[in-house]
Amino acid sequence: MLDVLLIGLSVGSILLLASLGLVIIYGAMGVVNMAHGEMVMVGAYAAVMTQIWLGWSLYAAIPIAFCVAALLGFLIERCVVRRLYGRLGDTLLATWGVAILVQQAVRLEGGLAFFGIHIQGLGPGLQNMPVPPELQGAFLVGGTSINAYRAFIVASTLVLTLLTWLLMYRTRMGMQVRAIIRNPRMAAACGIDVERVNAWTFAFGAGLAGVTGVLVAGFKTVSPDMGTSLVVDSFLVVVAGGVGSLLGAVLTAVGLGEINGVVAALSNDIVARAAMFGLVILLIIVRPQGLFSFKGR
Amino acid sequence: MLTSSRRRLLVSSAATAAAVAAPAWVRPAFAADKIKVGALYSQTGGLSIVEKMLANAVRLAVSEINAAGGVMGRQVEVVLEDGASDPKTFNEKASKLVTRDRIETVFGCHTSASRKAVLPVFERRNAMLFYQTHYEGFECSKNVVYSGAVANQQLGNYIPWIVQKLGKKKFFIVGSNYVYPREMSKVSKKLIEQSGASWVADEYLELGHSEWASMVRKIKESGADVVLSNVVGDSLVAFYREYKNQGMSQAAVPICATVTSEIEIAAMGAEYAAGSYTSVPYFMSIDTPANKSFIERYRKFVNDPKAVTYHSLEAAYFQVFLWKQAVEAGKSTTADSIRAHIGGQTYDAPGGKVRIDAESLHAWVTPRIGQWQADGQSKVVDAAAQPIRPLPYFAYGETDSNLMCTTKGAAQVKV
Repeated sequence: MLDVLLIGLSVGSILLLASLGLVIIYGAMGVVNMAHGEMVMVGAYAAVMTQIWLGWSLYAAIPIAFCVAALLGFLIERCVVRRLYGRLGDTLLATWGVAILVQQAVRLEGGLAFFGIHIQGLGPGLQNMPVPPELQGAFLVGGTSINAYRAFIVASTLVLTLLTWLLMYRTRMGMQVRAIIRNPRMAAACGIDVERVNAWTFAFGAGLAGVTGVLVAGFKTVSPDMGTSLVVDSFLVVVAGGVGSLLGAVLTAVGLGEINGVVAALSNDIVARAAMFGLVILLIIVRPQGLFSFKGR
Repeated sequence: MLTSSRRRLLVSSAATAAAVAAPAWVRPAFAADKIKVGALYSQTGGLSIVEKMLANAVRLAVSEINAAGGVMGRQVEVVLEDGASDPKTFNEKASKLVTRDRIETVFGCHTSASRKAVLPVFERRNAMLFYQTHYEGFECSKNVVYSGAVANQQLGNYIPWIVQKLGKKKFFIVGSNYVYPREMSKVSKKLIEQSGASWVADEYLELGHSEWASMVRKIKESGADVVLSNVVGDSLVAFYREYKNQGMSQAAVPICATVTSEIEIAAMGAEYAAGSYTSVPYFMSIDTPANKSFIERYRKFVNDPKAVTYHSLEAAYFQVFLWKQAVEAGKSTTADSIRAHIGGQTYDAPGGKVRIDAESLHAWVTPRIGQWQADGQSKVVDAAAQPIRPLPYFAYGETDSNLMCTTKGAAQVKV
């Protein structure tokens, strides 16, 4: 039974990783960022490229992917998103468009494909990210075999969540973000530079997605459309957990992961996924605001 | 690879546009000496990665035929259409090729879904489709030449070999949740029982699903000593990775697959697949001068020195030559003539001799079993002595002496 719970925990960690960036972005800005999955994809490609061009391992790829995705997120915020604040439906469409652009850019190798230049690691094909040998295979702890890579994902998620929490609750910038989540106009009236804070928040959220990309690349294929399915799961967590609530996201992700793991073990994966979605539907019927949420928004 | 194909596409579409724009009296002069054939493969969307390779194989074959003087002294022109990874688009593009362009032969489709979608077009307009992908069988159209393997050619030798040579007794069957894996599993269960072994489970995951933790745990707990995988697409990359990551060893409990090919092995990293098996008629590693030359020509054609070849790609290539032979045998490009003359045609494909069955229009191919090595290539560990007969209705009791798919077409056969 313990191994089932561990599987559930790792499924939950991946859910949480994918949604951490969204929780902040959606929470602070009310922007439905449909390009979030593409930030994950860009992170994964950053990892693949680091490996191919620099020969660096997965660990070194994590900060690089964070920076690349954060930079891209910053640009998207500056160019598109900030013109659309307060228009939820429009941000949805605009970021969906951005998502397609980013995907195509990877497929066409940033447009260089038109000139016959091929960049190794990009393009429409499948890429793979080699995993360091110490993360392959399983080790035994008290009679239960633990999958090394999944343990690594759980640990990384823990660290990233802690970092995000520290940033949100222990820094000046985090306090400003939280103020904006509660009431952006009031925050602006109190002298918070909402635009600047938003830009940084968006970049940070995108950066987190980039790190997710590196971790996901270790067990999934890296391809231009890998992010699309992830974004659905992340919204699941954000909506069910309560918009902008870090605690809500953590509890929902782990809870849903465990339900997925247990149902999959008892029945099968298809039923498990249906059960997960069914539960979320029930939850938002009973608590439309999500498990935890602030009154302000 | 991408770049060269795009450039050619641009050039060829520009040429087509020019031909259309030319005054009417010029056009017959162009059309008279060229035989047009269609190539219907996704150039965009999720399936484009694979289907572009297939389109390239067809174009390579056509360019070689043209270089050698064409068909009946006429040059062959490929009209490439994009199915956009969507069955509905496949249907529309098939109509366009067959009805508007009046093309009598189309090479194309990769998934069963797209083939089923275009089938009515070819049957209604009496045109020929050449389909190269190995598939689940259970279909018999007099308008389709099937040059890939069917279930009995992949599993007929595979299951007995697993039981006898590998000494495995308990199968865990796993697949993606759609028609191909389910039909394959139906055939394998029959063969497993005939071989005196048993199967402990038969489980499916959504197409494209990549969370394998629970499934691999089930395989571990089930006590199975071999896994039969009909998993498709990039979700099998996640599967092989998870398999190793949970400490399963290919030496103790090997994954025996029907789909995993050189492409997926390259995508997952060879170390995850090393030791597992696949049963298909063609492997890139087949060590013959014909195959080596084929790989070299293909790589040169797509301008990628590392390009991989695999079974459907090989079939996409050789089916064009079979078409050529049928056209020349009947001295006509019409569907009726091709159908009448393609049965019994043989060709020395890169992977060995192939023959089209006169009854079912499916190909006789040589089943082979390959074991994947650390370098991402396979070692052929077992091969049939000669090509064996395709039995598309094998799961429904079709045998050599009781053919269900015959020249009359199995459309009338209700199973």
